Amino acid sequence: MATGTEPPDTEPHTLRGGVHTGTRAAIDAPHLRTDRWWLAPAATAAGLLAFIVYSTWRAFADTDYYAAPYVSPFYSPCLAERCETMRAGPNWEIFGSWWAISPAIIILIFPLGFRLTCYYYRKAYYRGFWMSPPACAVAEPHGKYTGETRFPLILQNIHRYFFYAAILVAGVLTYDTVLAFRDEHYAWGHMGLGTLVFLVNIVLIWAYTISCHSCRHIVGGKLKHFSRHPVRYKAWQVVGKLNARHMELAWASLVSVALADFYVYLVASGVFDDPRFF
Amino acid sequence: MSSYKARFKVWRGDVQGGGLEDFEVEVNDGEVVLDIIHRLQATQAPDLAVRWNCKAGKCGSCSAEINGRPRLMCMTRMSVFTREETITVTPLRAFPVVRDLVTDVGFNYQKAREVPSFVPPAGVGPGEYRMMQEDVDRPQEFRKCIECFLCQDTCHVVRDHEENKRAFAGPRFLMRVAELDMHPLDAAAESGLDRKTTAQDEHGLGYCNITKCCTEVCPEGIKITDNALIPLKERAVDRKYDPLVWLGSKIRRRS
Amino acid sequence: MSVVDRQEWDVVVVGAGGAGLRAAIEARERGARTAVICKSLFGKAHTVMAEGGIAAAMANVNEHDNWQVHFRDTLRGGKFLNQWRMAELHAQEAPDRVWELETWGALFDRTKDGKISQRNFGGHEYPRLAHVGDRTGLELIRTLQQKIVSLQQEDHRETGDYESRLKVFQECTVTRVLKTVPDSGSAAGDRVSGVFAYERESGRFFVLEAPAVVIATGGIGKSFKVTSNSWEYTGDGHALALLAGAPLMNMEFVQFHPTGMVWPPSVKGILVTESVRGDGGVLRNSEGKRFMFDYVPDVFKEKYAQSEEEGDRWYDDQENNRRPPELLPRDEVARAINAEVKAGRGSPHGGVFLDVSTRMPAEVIKRRLPSMYHQFKELADVDITAQPMEVGPTCHYVMGGIAVDSDTEAARGVPGLFAAGEVAGGLHGSNRLGGNSLSDLLVFGRRAGWHAAEYAAGLSDGRPPVDDVQVDAAAAEALRPFSAEGPTPDDEGTRPPENPYTLHQELQQTMNDLVGIIRREGEMAQALEKLADLRVRARRAGVEGHRQFNPGWHLALDLRNMLLVSECVARAALERVESRGGHTREDHPTMDRTWRRINLLCALTDPTGGLAATDPVRGQISLTRETTDPIRPDLLALFEKDELVKYLAEEELYE
Repeated sequence: MATGTEPPDTEPHTLRGGVHTGTRAAIDAPHLRTDRWWLAPAATAAGLLAFIVYSTWRAFADTDYYAAPYVSPFYSPCLAERCETMRAGPNWEIFGSWWAISPAIIILIFPLGFRLTCYYYRKAYYRGFWMSPPACAVAEPHGKYTGETRFPLILQNIHRYFFYAAILVAGVLTYDTVLAFRDEHYAWGHMGLGTLVFLVNIVLIWAYTISCHSCRHIVGGKLKHFSRHPVRYKAWQVVGKLNARHMELAWASLVSVALADFYVYLVASGVFDDPRFF
Repeated sequence: MSSYKARFKVWRGDVQGGGLEDFEVEVNDGEVVLDIIHRLQATQAPDLAVRWNCKAGKCGSCSAEINGRPRLMCMTRMSVFTREETITVTPLRAFPVVRDLVTDVGFNYQKAREVPSFVPPAGVGPGEYRMMQEDVDRPQEFRKCIECFLCQDTCHVVRDHEENKRAFAGPRFLMRVAELDMHPLDAAAESGLDRKTTAQDEHGLGYCNITKCCTEVCPEGIKITDNALIPLKERAVDRKYDPLVWLGSKIRRRS
Repeated sequence: MSVVDRQEWDVVVVGAGGAGLRAAIEARERGARTAVICKSLFGKAHTVMAEGGIAAAMANVNEHDNWQVHFRDTLRGGKFLNQWRMAELHAQEAPDRVWELETWGALFDRTKDGKISQRNFGGHEYPRLAHVGDRTGLELIRTLQQKIVSLQQEDHRETGDYESRLKVFQECTVTRVLKTVPDSGSAAGDRVSGVFAYERESGRFFVLEAPAVVIATGGIGKSFKVTSNSWEYTGDGHALALLAGAPLMNMEFVQFHPTGMVWPPSVKGILVTESVRGDGGVLRNSEGKRFMFDYVPDVFKEKYAQSEEEGDRWYDDQENNRRPPELLPRDEVARAINAEVKAGRGSPHGGVFLDVSTRMPAEVIKRRLPSMYHQFKELADVDITAQPMEVGPTCHYVMGGIAVDSDTEAARGVPGLFAAGEVAGGLHGSNRLGGNSLSDLLVFGRRAGWHAAEYAAGLSDGRPPVDDVQVDAAAAEALRPFSAEGPTPDDEGTRPPENPYTLHQELQQTMNDLVGIIRREGEMAQALEKLADLRVRARRAGVEGHRQFNPGWHLALDLRNMLLVSECVARAALERVESRGGHTREDHPTMDRTWRRINLLCALTDPTGGLAATDPVRGQISLTRETTDPIRPDLLALFEKDELVKYLAEEELYE
């Protein structure tokens, strides 16, 4: 048209992937965020890494995990013949003398699996380690992406079975906490600083376990009609409230479990004696 | 009332190319980014293309990326920026650009069509629907969605991987599947449609790696990940990864 | 001759808000191939802004409610100027329209026994508004949108094409309704034959050929400076009808919603829902006084509480108490706020205070008014659970509109043209009750779609042919802003082009200041002069760039419509020498019963000459008066005689 008002032909400018796909707005920078978007993934990665280093050392150490009446949560329940004897404690010799390495490995699989497939930790390590994506609207450095559609990540779907296992482990740790109300001579009705550490830890472990998304689904989320199941509705609401804090609980319980172990380590290795309250 | 001059960089161009253009523009007390874009239109760039409508965060038209973050321009107050800051406004970067700040959001309308609609229950006539508030609370949260498509824009599954657009419905429409699955009277199951299974098999739920950017950008504050996507994943597990169910279906197939 | 793409459809619906979508659904379900054209994206229409609810006498909360009571409330609210047959159909059919939405997936808030919950609203005797928090409009539009998608899925299963029977042309603007060539009184002459439109994205023109066109474009608020309306509300449908030869009715009645935000300036006018008052919010002036008690007009004296105590008791016990005056019809509240501000008792930013923070606990506020909480927090940095809001009147709704037949929504004088929703006049009389607009959209949207489909199917002599001359004229008209700089035969063309944005701002200021909430004869005369000036300048409105998504060009084209509609409002407001509902004359402050029977009709002065030839001073619009049909006796019998004497002239009462 003579007026030159006809719209131009539309032809893509370049051919690259993602935000640089030909038809999208031509902007060279992979992202234009000006805030410190890298801080959160970096801190997450650092935190997780620190725990991994610490827990690997302690899990394979195979020593200083029992100081009566306290057993490290990393080694509880202790299921091999080589376990230290804990009177009335959570050691059952299911695995015989052939088990030659640290007994922590047997049981740690379960809490590890629970946390590895946890919906919060998934976000944390996909962002922090795998950078998929590193932060919102920041391009990820991968050419292809299939998410959790195929092996191995499709296994994330078994989270709820780890949740069931985590309940059992939390049960044992609760038992340990009860046992912590003894003194070093196994007399009942005493309390030390360690008891307090164990109490805080078990509360956080339970809160984290119960606040799990799978738990929320199982107690009531799967229902179509809450109105026909008033008790489960109530339970779903309670779990929902906790679930909103799932991230905070995940971190708090991670720190507390490490601290509980570290406390046992300090006492068992003789760095200091457990201060007794009564 | 105090006013000052702000520095803006606004992306201008079309599918053939374009770039960030610099502007200096007056800002007054209480204004939002959309006001500034309108001032640019009225005073410096009359043909600056921008989509907007209600200017109150209710229609979801003025989606753009401000300093690299997907946001509604009408709900981004200028007071969140310092006076020295240069504010960059670009179109959504997950969709084809049409012109300036306007993108082709057709992807979303296409995906909307792929989600089977509400199936009314047989034998319940208009006026006979009875639903309890506690049962409609969940889907009602998802129906707050204003379809600004910021979640679709920020989701790395399609933002960073154009090729996934075919298989992945995006957070908005997976949430729609969840909404219908939680609708107390939806009769899809009775009609032979299992929304839990199709969420994964047909709408690409498995692509979601729950990194929560959709929830972060949602201007309506909908907990897309925690309340829609994860529950939907759990519902899919009920159908597809529960060993008892799996065993049952195997045995039934044998016999 | 311009080459434009042409498609054939049975029914074309202009506008994709509640009325347009409901019309499209109905037309498609009755077998018509239906196209919907809208200026925004599908699902963004201004209907999403409706907050309060849908008025329908379902009697879910108060069993005494029924259509007769709803009808009565509607007539009272409209000060008996309503097209009574419309009000009757509206009150009767609204419940069915709401229930039908549930079968399409809508999720309203519920009562304890699982029915649709209903809330109180200004002017409604019983709790009547079906709602979803304070985002009812969004629920309505989404439900209709999803119903359309579901119909498209059905068509896809049958034909392999989603859009074979129902298509949405989003981001397209209609600039002309096309008609067959008038040929000396034959039945085939002067009927609707289609629409001329352009695609906003590309700027390309196209023609949809169709025997029936439903106009459902909404309102005119963008002609005013302070308005709750979005940019789309430029009176397009009103102007399209006028240009096609259909008259507009009672355009002087413009509703100013009493509570719009007043600060910050960039959001001035944005709505604060009436549910704030329906749920217990109160209006106070700068002295802390609940001033509405001083503003209850005589016609409502017996219906409203006289003391704060009684008003407060009403929220819990509506049987034995009268409602607080904060819930008077909108025109009364808007005038009262205006008067308080004028008397120097306003809030710091020129409004009054609307307070819920002292009336309800914070969590109740957040649950019942979530989007208001959100809106004030985000836009004004005000926490409504701790502080009062500042509010003032804002242009909200036009009661006047295309004159239509009550039963079929057919526009007068143009076979094939239908109208529904805000763009159609009649239902609301001189003032609309809150909640009646959403039900209006559903009831009359459906009726318009139904009768349009029926009309299209019933044409025996084939599709009305599109007149190429009109198509070329429409294309030339639409391209005019691009050549505004070039010399034209008349002397205007040598002057520099006008900025459409500046013209729009001047128009808004003019309408706001001179034809606003309180009107005076001199000011309106002045407004007409200013409009004439703007009209001349608007012909030189020029734009830069090309046709691809060019907002300057779009605005230049919309100016024609806003100017036409504004002139209608100003002329009709000048003519009606009384105060009634949404029309308040300072120089004629009372309601005059003899005016109750008068409708003012606007028509194009020179329907043949187009707009260019119109005399700039005389204007483009001519007014005629029309006397309405008497109200049917059985409907009149729903009212007490004492009440009727306030509204009706002696001779009407004893007819």
